[in-house]
Amino acid sequence: MTARQPLMLLAAVAGLLGMVALAFSIGRYPVAFPDLLRVLWSWMGGAPHGLDPTVETVLLQIRGPRVIAALLVGAALAAAGAAYQNLFRNPLVSPDILGVSAGAAVGAVLGIFLSLGIVAIQSMALAGGLAAVAMVYVVARAVRGHDPLLVLVLAGVVLGSLLGAFVALMKYLADPYNQLPAITFWLLGSLASVDPRDLWVAGPLMLAGLLPLWLLRWRINVLSLDDEEARALGVPTVRIRLAVIVGATLMTSAAVAISGVIGWIGLVIPHFARLITGPDFSRLLPVSVLLGAGFLVAVDTLARSIANIEVPLGVLTAFIGTPLFLWQLTTARRGWQ
Amino acid sequence: MATDNGEKGVAVSLAAEHLGFGYRDRRVGSDVTLQLEPGEVLCLLGPNGSGKTTLFKTLLGLLPPQEGLVLINGRDSSTMERDAVAREISYVPQAHGAFFPYTVREMVLMGRTAHLGLFTAPSARDHAAAAAAIERMGITGLADEIYTQISGGERQLALIARALAQDARMVVMDEPTANLDFGNQVRVLARIRALASDGIGVLLSTHDPDQVFLCADRVAMLHGGRLVACGETESVMTAAQLQKIYGIPVSVTGVSLQDGVSRKVCLPLGLLR
Repeated sequence: MTARQPLMLLAAVAGLLGMVALAFSIGRYPVAFPDLLRVLWSWMGGAPHGLDPTVETVLLQIRGPRVIAALLVGAALAAAGAAYQNLFRNPLVSPDILGVSAGAAVGAVLGIFLSLGIVAIQSMALAGGLAAVAMVYVVARAVRGHDPLLVLVLAGVVLGSLLGAFVALMKYLADPYNQLPAITFWLLGSLASVDPRDLWVAGPLMLAGLLPLWLLRWRINVLSLDDEEARALGVPTVRIRLAVIVGATLMTSAAVAISGVIGWIGLVIPHFARLITGPDFSRLLPVSVLLGAGFLVAVDTLARSIANIEVPLGVLTAFIGTPLFLWQLTTARRGWQ
Repeated sequence: MATDNGEKGVAVSLAAEHLGFGYRDRRVGSDVTLQLEPGEVLCLLGPNGSGKTTLFKTLLGLLPPQEGLVLINGRDSSTMERDAVAREISYVPQAHGAFFPYTVREMVLMGRTAHLGLFTAPSARDHAAAAAAIERMGITGLADEIYTQISGGERQLALIARALAQDARMVVMDEPTANLDFGNQVRVLARIRALASDGIGVLLSTHDPDQVFLCADRVAMLHGGRLVACGETESVMTAAQLQKIYGIPVSVTGVSLQDGVSRKVCLPLGLLR
């Protein structure tokens, strides 16, 4: 731990808070920063703000849940990505490597196809993501005599493309005027329709997923060594790996269920976090969480303010993430070898 | 011998009893019986493919025995948890790359894992133990270097430091001198001797018979998955034995060094000009 790291952490927290304030202020109905503070103060039980009630509605009913959802989803995707990159000893791994996004997509698209309500669609997305990873894990455990990590990745890729075919089939069969746009919109990711009630379900699920990652932070470091080496150092790799997969999958599924598929965050953010902290997971995890949360709040603010229509988040994260990633790849040295 | 583990007065040791080992569908070796005690250097010699690494992995519990037993302090190791095994035996793999750029200090700190609670990160005491292990290997200057950017010899020393931080009475080293230059080979062998005088039992494999003369108290010879000889270095390391396992004519000769000290060396005969 070098002396400048607490400073960097402080800077990251300050940056995040600034980003949140911006996200509350910017939009089709701009709110000045002092007004924001006054509304927050009255919301917390302080003096009435005395402003137009529309200001309060915009801030607390419309922007509030959306900003919190962006924080949660960004943090969850980045944390899961960081854990998977350590687990698979590969910095090019993203949280959907084991098919969680593909499974969630099948669940959600099926829900839209059957014209179910939003709660049912989100539940099916969550269940689909969990089921896909469970299936990948069971298949991989049944295959013996190969590198267990390689088999996991292969099973994830194969099952992911099978689920992708299901999604394609349902898009083909869907009603092109109502269902197809809804499916496309969901697959591109958006926080536009987030409801405060969603957060009460997704938030605790994400925390429950984050908990094992934080508790096992040191074991996760050792897990990034060669499998036999990790076991010789005293780590029961199969059990710890399962705990990490369950935690990361829970976080990712909960995120995908409320936001749809948002790529890049789980891949790019842990990279940047690793540049700041080095590879030690006990420092990498909190910084990934902060950066992921801040990044998605920023991107979501852009998504709802740069054009007259909502720009899909999945599109925007790719537009922003790709150049950032390439820049990092060409300049960084310490990220990975 | 100190019996400080209190288990029926059985001495601290790592032992194989009629051990059969190999992979799921392939038997590599059988009927290996040997024992390693604290304070001694036991060298495992054998040609390529004789099963040295597989035997080591089985002794460490990384592969299940196909028959026979691995005993740690007299206890069947297959009934022990991974961290309990790791507190008794540490493992020095061949120097390798890591996947992420940990510092040497972080790498050595990972040796403390078996002493940590499941949910805890290393404490100040663990940091101190890691620093002491780094110092003991004489690589304090490398502590904050990136493990993936130092040389092969330095990595090997770092991995041995990690094994020391693990604080086990027995260390298994898989070809610790492979890929090292001549100077680093001798440096590593000197460290190994120093560990033995500190009361640590070292089991190592090598391809160089001369290294056996340099550092081993006892030697075991593995050929075709079977132990063909095991005993004091002097009595086992004969030209006839070496010829048998390597299949080339060799001569074992004594050379006198200064001050009347003499040491044996092994020379291949086929290349003499």
